[in-house]
Amino acid sequence: MPAPILKSQRFRQEREADWSQLDRLLRRIDKEGPAALDDRQLLSIPVLYRSALSALSVARATSLDHQLVEYLESLCARAYFFVYGARSHPLERIRQFFLTDWPNAARALWRETAAAGLLMLLGTVISYVMVLHDADWFYAFVPGAMTGGRDPTATTAFLRSTLYGGQHEALSLFAAFLFTHNAQIAIFAFALGFVFCLPSGFLMIYNGCSLGALFAVFVEKGLGFQLGGWLFIHGTTELFAVTLAGAAGFRVGWALAFPGERARAEAVGAAGRQGAILMFGVVIMLFVAGLLEGLGRQLIVNDWARYAIAATMIVAWSAYFYWPRREASDAAV
Amino acid sequence: MPPSDARAAPALPPEKSGRVRSLVTPEGVDLHLVLADAGERATAFLLDAAIIIGCLIAASIIILLLALAIQGVAMELLGILWLFVFFGLRNVYFIAFELRTGAATPGKRALGLRVASRDGGPLTADAIFARNAIREIEVYLPLTFLLTQRTGVDGWIVLAGLTWSGIFALFPLFNRDRLRAGDLMAGTWVVRAPKRRLLADLATSGADDRARFAFSSAQINAYGVKELHVLEDVIRRGQAQVEAEVAERIRRKIGWTGSEPDREFLGAYYAALRGRLETRLLFGHRRKDKFDV
Repeated sequence: MPAPILKSQRFRQEREADWSQLDRLLRRIDKEGPAALDDRQLLSIPVLYRSALSALSVARATSLDHQLVEYLESLCARAYFFVYGARSHPLERIRQFFLTDWPNAARALWRETAAAGLLMLLGTVISYVMVLHDADWFYAFVPGAMTGGRDPTATTAFLRSTLYGGQHEALSLFAAFLFTHNAQIAIFAFALGFVFCLPSGFLMIYNGCSLGALFAVFVEKGLGFQLGGWLFIHGTTELFAVTLAGAAGFRVGWALAFPGERARAEAVGAAGRQGAILMFGVVIMLFVAGLLEGLGRQLIVNDWARYAIAATMIVAWSAYFYWPRREASDAAV
Repeated sequence: MPPSDARAAPALPPEKSGRVRSLVTPEGVDLHLVLADAGERATAFLLDAAIIIGCLIAASIIILLLALAIQGVAMELLGILWLFVFFGLRNVYFIAFELRTGAATPGKRALGLRVASRDGGPLTADAIFARNAIREIEVYLPLTFLLTQRTGVDGWIVLAGLTWSGIFALFPLFNRDRLRAGDLMAGTWVVRAPKRRLLADLATSGADDRARFAFSSAQINAYGVKELHVLEDVIRRGQAQVEAEVAERIRRKIGWTGSEPDREFLGAYYAALRGRLETRLLFGHRRKDKFDV
């Protein structure tokens, strides 16, 4: 091989080994994850990255080898994403999520939560009054497939049996089905927020409507108290979770419609990420609700026990989210 | 003057198509990120969709076979397993893959794409969740409307719904940054992060023939940086037909009478031209193209 004549060739020959080492390390991380590298290799990456980056600056200014500049650009970009990507320990992240991120997000969205809750309550009251007034409205609020015979024509005995006659087989399957189904709906409610809040709002009202209609039917037969136990044992958790999902959707839609002083995309981005934290939590709550509904409700048939669980859950969730606590920064002072 | 020598250039390079975005690292260097175009995004998504559907079918068959084999006892467990597989493929697949260091699903990885935060900061878990939750209205909602068979007034409602939800599916086509609705909401975008190989330095191979090709100063001065890059591209592609045409054109332009093989001629001319242009670069003058003096 002849001695290089161009400065850019010498420049490349002197540094090529470093670049290919960085390239090799990044490829290994891509394949096997960062854990595959030992400490020395991990620590060498930022150093190699910075030298590649400075080489890129020099190459742009002095070398006309197009492929070299492209290679360095892609190498530096890959290294940049690794060096500046957030990598906290998974356990640390989970701890932070439960201790601060989740309750903080819930607290920050209290206005939206209240709005979503009120909408649901509004739907409940309206449909309750309407169905009491004229039982035919029931069919407008509750889709036929969902009733399972619990409609205004049902007898008191039958209605009572639906509250306590739990089918004991396949309970955990039932719980799993409820969880996946509800979580899907919650994610949908959140996503709908992107369309300027309205569909999320409708979903809240609609959810309340089926609730109110069901209550009207049972109350007429004097089973209101019993239905409350049947519904709220998991309902306090589930309805709370759905309300929070709607709230997260509202926050996004509101930021999209009224971004305030920030650029629209920026405002929506911030709202979306905050909502997403809350949605992680909502999925967890729905998992708990699925267990309570699928297992707890079928195994516990005493009304008072059901109400006790319902109250415990709502108090526990509220305390977890809204109990005043010191911010991490305050604690340090 | 003959038509531009750039005729042999490949389809529009990224820097001309308006898809280059600047990302200045804390060290102060601009990385010139290239956004993925709509076609790449669609291909990546179809790949992922194919993987998801494939996995779902495979899992269903396996679970069904297991259920037939063991009759009764663990049926409930198998049912739960299937529910979670379905839920996982629909919701967790994208999130889990994008949470990894590569920030790309298998489909994106196959096309050399990755998700990145628009502000250049680290890509957080909440951003990934947000961008994928929106798939509900981008993918599943239009699908639901598509699969709904109605006639009469209901049919029109379904059509309206499909149009409305279709806007979200086609969102990337309507903005400069090719953002999905989910990208907009999460503050992310999808960029190219190809793994390039460092190819041989063409000037090194061309330098062998330095002695045989003694270009005069005027001959070397015929072209600028743009033509140099086109020439580099031609040599790297190595298609004899194109090389012959380009070599012929350069010979004519610089008045070269020798009849060496095209490849050697081009290599030597590339090395000479690059040497000259880089020298001028060091003196602070970047000669853009052959019209720039």
